[in-house]
Amino acid sequence: MSLRRRLVLQLLGIAAVLAILLYLTVRTVANSAAEATQDGVLGAATLAIAERLQGGETGVSLDLPYEAFSILGSISDDRIFYRVDANGETLTGYADLPLPQYETLSVEPVFFSDLYEGVAVRIAVAARTVLVKREPILVTVAVGQTRQGQEAIAQRTANLAAAIGLAAFALAALLSMLTAGSVLGPINRLADAVGRRGPHDLRAVDHPSPEELRPLVTALNGFIARLRGALSRTETFIAEAAHHIRTPLATVRARAEIALRQTQADETREALRAVIRAVEESSRSAGQLLDHATVVYRSDRLADGPVDLARLMQGLVRSHAPTAELRDLELTLSGADAPAVVQGDRLLLESALRNLIDNAIKYSPPESEVSLELEARADDVAVRVRDRGRGLAGQVQSDLTRRFARGDNVDDVVGSGLGLTIVAEVAEVHGGRFRLEEREGGGTCAELVLPLR
Amino acid sequence: MRRTGSALAVILLLIRPAMAFVIEEEEYFPATGGSSQSISLLSTTDTDVLRPAILAFQEANPDVAVRYVVASSQEVYAALADDGQAFDLVISSAMDLQMKLANDGFAASWASAATARLPDWAKWQDRVFAFAQESVVLIASRRGFRGLPIPQTRRDLTELLRDHPDVFRGRIGTYDPRASGAGYLFATQEARQSDSFWRLAEVAGGLSPRLYISSIDMISDLKAGRLALAYNVLGSYAGPRLESDADGVVVEFADFTLTLLRTGMVPTNAENPDGGGAFLDFLLSTRGQALIRDRAGLPPIDEAALAARPHLRPIRLDAGLLVYLDRLKRQAFLAEWSSAMSQD
Repeated sequence: MSLRRRLVLQLLGIAAVLAILLYLTVRTVANSAAEATQDGVLGAATLAIAERLQGGETGVSLDLPYEAFSILGSISDDRIFYRVDANGETLTGYADLPLPQYETLSVEPVFFSDLYEGVAVRIAVAARTVLVKREPILVTVAVGQTRQGQEAIAQRTANLAAAIGLAAFALAALLSMLTAGSVLGPINRLADAVGRRGPHDLRAVDHPSPEELRPLVTALNGFIARLRGALSRTETFIAEAAHHIRTPLATVRARAEIALRQTQADETREALRAVIRAVEESSRSAGQLLDHATVVYRSDRLADGPVDLARLMQGLVRSHAPTAELRDLELTLSGADAPAVVQGDRLLLESALRNLIDNAIKYSPPESEVSLELEARADDVAVRVRDRGRGLAGQVQSDLTRRFARGDNVDDVVGSGLGLTIVAEVAEVHGGRFRLEEREGGGTCAELVLPLR
Repeated sequence: MRRTGSALAVILLLIRPAMAFVIEEEEYFPATGGSSQSISLLSTTDTDVLRPAILAFQEANPDVAVRYVVASSQEVYAALADDGQAFDLVISSAMDLQMKLANDGFAASWASAATARLPDWAKWQDRVFAFAQESVVLIASRRGFRGLPIPQTRRDLTELLRDHPDVFRGRIGTYDPRASGAGYLFATQEARQSDSFWRLAEVAGGLSPRLYISSIDMISDLKAGRLALAYNVLGSYAGPRLESDADGVVVEFADFTLTLLRTGMVPTNAENPDGGGAFLDFLLSTRGQALIRDRAGLPPIDEAALAARPHLRPIRLDAGLLVYLDRLKRQAFLAEWSSAMSQD
């Protein structure tokens, strides 16, 4: 279940409980206030009547005050019942109006609720002692009133209380949404920050995060550090291994070349040439492994400096000229007259370009042309390497730039399958592009575009 | 003789529930269309007064037959409270008895757009509704006054009676509150409003007043020259009857003039409460109110008229009306009134 949904639901639950409590409180307080008010008026009317009681020689007399009923009626149009009893006999009024227990009677009005003629009434009763023929006589005055007015008030307060409760709930719901958003914001921002990282970005996370998220960030950073360590060890291992292989291979090649110059036997010379070619390929593969390890290892801490691609290309053309000549290839360079400076890692860029030229020479048929082209544009520099090799044979570029992937049409050529991977990775870490295209008339055009920055 | 009389009274009392209340008039208005329902109206208002309204109501509702029964206010009260007679609408000018009926649970709730339009002072709960407001006036005969000024306040009248006993002796008419419900209501409400009522009663009591049980009788006696003035007469009766009479004057006292509300209610035991309510709604409608004013001579409910004539004081339609119906209160009031009125 989503953390946000859980948080919002729980906050809504709390808000609902509070809203209901608010509703009940408002209702209860308002109702008891309304009842107290009505009781007050009812009691006052009862006392006003009791005050008009008179004794005398003929019996109890009562001058019912008009205002007593009129005031009761002015608060609400409720039905009014009254009953005046002297010595247990009803003197006037509604003789069947309920009276309370004799014991509870007092000079102050006593209130109780009852049913009269099937209608709920509130009754106030006050007692007085009146002298009739010098004998004390207990007179009770009971005034009852239906509670329709109070019920109407109660209904209005109930509606008001419900409105208040609903408004409070709506407000709380809104606030809980905002709260959930602000509580979960840091988590989302952290996730965004981690998610935005490049594929080789293994730096520790130092995004500002709340205290509760720190264990998670610490654990994540520990994990990243371990991963980086493991990766680094692997790359170091590969680099070491490649280095350790290349050095003895160089020795083997040197000895084989010396042996080739010294021997005259054709068979031996043939064998030595095969050895030299194999050693060359192995050395190249080892070099590419080293290059790839370097790309991966260096990608999160690139050396960042100006690199003049024109000079770099000129150097590479010079160093590859012998190999090209060996195969009767024409190696041309155009557009390298003016400096084309990009920001980047010289070693990686050189490795990528070397791999491109190597590939072109390797897959070109003898007596064909490999043309290198450098084009400086407004925002970027494009390097194109064109050959008349066997092309892509319909394969997709992404398949060829995968690690250790090789084309289906290269069985007769030795290769590690790392060359294009290195080029693609170098392009990516420099924010550039790498594209392979089939050339018209056969062959391949490889284009590496690097931003000028 | 006396034994026979009391025996007869006992017999009358015993057979009373069977013969029910005393009816003064009864008229049946058959439905003009096919009769699919009928309504029974019990009223203190004369058939002639409300006939135009009934006919207009039937014009709008041709399938309704109307039975219109007239009785005195006491009998109207007794018909419901004592006899449990079933009527669909009860119309009465006795506000106190109507209030008593409603308070004691005989009035059903009736709510409609027409009743919702009524001002608060013209209804009690959603049970009693006023459809006419009638001032209670003094009528005077110019000839009877022999050139004396017509009084405009109770104080003027009291002084006039005190100063000229010879002009007014035996020529003052008023209600007998002991016999007339309306008279009792007017007297008690006046006594409640102002002490000037008792001063006036004492002065008038010394001049051998003639006591009546109906406004019509007082008006006709005034017109016939037997009275110089009549006090507490229903203005709605006096106005039309004295209109053409150059001698008769209708005075609304400037200190205050009681205003009676003629009310209707749908009883709880009505057989066709919707029909009774519909007739009530018709009386309260714009058309019904216009008919009441123009054809029945009853002033319709009009808050603006009250504002324009501030001396008009509508009798409050509330529980206070129950007070003077109290047995002890009634005894005490009538005793005081009698001692004030009969000094000779």
